[in-house]
Amino acid sequence: MGSSKKQTAVPVRTKVPSPEEVEKRNTVHINAETVTNVTSTDFPGFYPGEDHSWDIEKFRESVRVVFHQNDPYEAQFSLIGVDASIANAFRRIMIADIPTLAIEDIFMWNNTSVIQDEVLGHRLGLIPFTGGKEGLHNFLKWYKKGETPCDYNTVELELKVKCENNESAPADSKDPKELYHNAHVYAKDIKFVPKGRQAKYFSGENAIRPTNPDILVAKMRPGQEIDLTMHMHKGVGSDHAKFSPVATASYRLMPTITILEPILGRDAEKFQKCFPEGVIGLEKVTKEEAKKKGSGYEGHEGELKAVVLDAMRDTVSRECLRHDEFKDKVKLGRRRDHFIYLVESTGQWESDAIFLESIAHLKEKAKRFEKQVVNMVQ
Amino acid sequence: MSSREQYQVPNSQGFTTGASNNDGNSGGSSVMWYTCGDCAVRVPLEKGAPIRCQKCGARVLYKERTKRMVQFEAR
Repeated sequence: MGSSKKQTAVPVRTKVPSPEEVEKRNTVHINAETVTNVTSTDFPGFYPGEDHSWDIEKFRESVRVVFHQNDPYEAQFSLIGVDASIANAFRRIMIADIPTLAIEDIFMWNNTSVIQDEVLGHRLGLIPFTGGKEGLHNFLKWYKKGETPCDYNTVELELKVKCENNESAPADSKDPKELYHNAHVYAKDIKFVPKGRQAKYFSGENAIRPTNPDILVAKMRPGQEIDLTMHMHKGVGSDHAKFSPVATASYRLMPTITILEPILGRDAEKFQKCFPEGVIGLEKVTKEEAKKKGSGYEGHEGELKAVVLDAMRDTVSRECLRHDEFKDKVKLGRRRDHFIYLVESTGQWESDAIFLESIAHLKEKAKRFEKQVVNMVQ
Repeated sequence: MSSREQYQVPNSQGFTTGASNNDGNSGGSSVMWYTCGDCAVRVPLEKGAPIRCQKCGARVLYKERTKRMVQFEAR
């Protein structure tokens, strides 16, 4: 009995890769004409004896989010320490799963302008609108097709413009905007019609209004008229792009530039010009470096050498690999688990809130999936 | 055949069916409004009157767009 217990207690030794090895596995190699080492290998069973099982504590320690720019309508941030599938899930959720309000139904009473009814309707649908966040995200609910429009699921808008001759226009004027009233119809001409409790959530600076008031919707000439009512509903980007809360949500991998051998003098300046501004800097070779044997700096004290200042700004054009003098002195790559996102909001969400919302959405999806898996097993 | 909507001669209201026959200019009389093909002025025409623009004398007149509501999806 006791002896069998001893036999099962054989210590399991897990191999731990060296930091250099981890770094190597974590880099996508960018060569002159090919990209290699593209797939991630950090999953169980790939390296014999190594433990790559997913662990929440390990994940908590390694994952990081760093914001580089955080404006209401544009944000740039790094998500570090996740797999490409997770990073891509966030991107896709941001584009297609986060609800926004957009014009959905158009009731055209009159349209005598040259732009056709359906084209005008399509144009109106694509105009991004903004308004009070509390009302947009919490008060407004989904609208089911066929349901009666109510104050909590429909927002009514109105566009009523008529083009007329401007009597007080200068005699020699050739500009239609001077000659006629309402020659150009802009997004700002669309009026919000509050219904019921909407007055509470969408009044003053919280009113529903176009994010960009100067979008040109149509052009008219005297005698022409547009008169229509619109209904806005909540929707998601997977249904139609007009519901997407982002203009762009994309990511790229963090570029790496490794200078293997010193690049000095005129070459350093040329090397700097191979990259966008701010990526490569020029520094003087110090006394200590020049003293050190085998460093490649011997006898070059005071000369300029190329150093990497900010690899994130690189566009990875690979220009430097086209020049023979740099070909073997530099190694380009990308960090496999470092995603630099660019999220540009269309106005209904703050751009950083879109990312946070995408995390909440992924969590909800995972919970729903868990339920299904549990059901399947039972 | 009969299920199809058939053409009906305009009555004295100016419009036959139509959910909204609130044409502000027809004023309930038998006057129909047209647009002149030459000078784009709005021309009132009584029943039986010669088809002619009062302003420029052009003989081409266009019907105005229906005042009925048309619904579209913004897609």
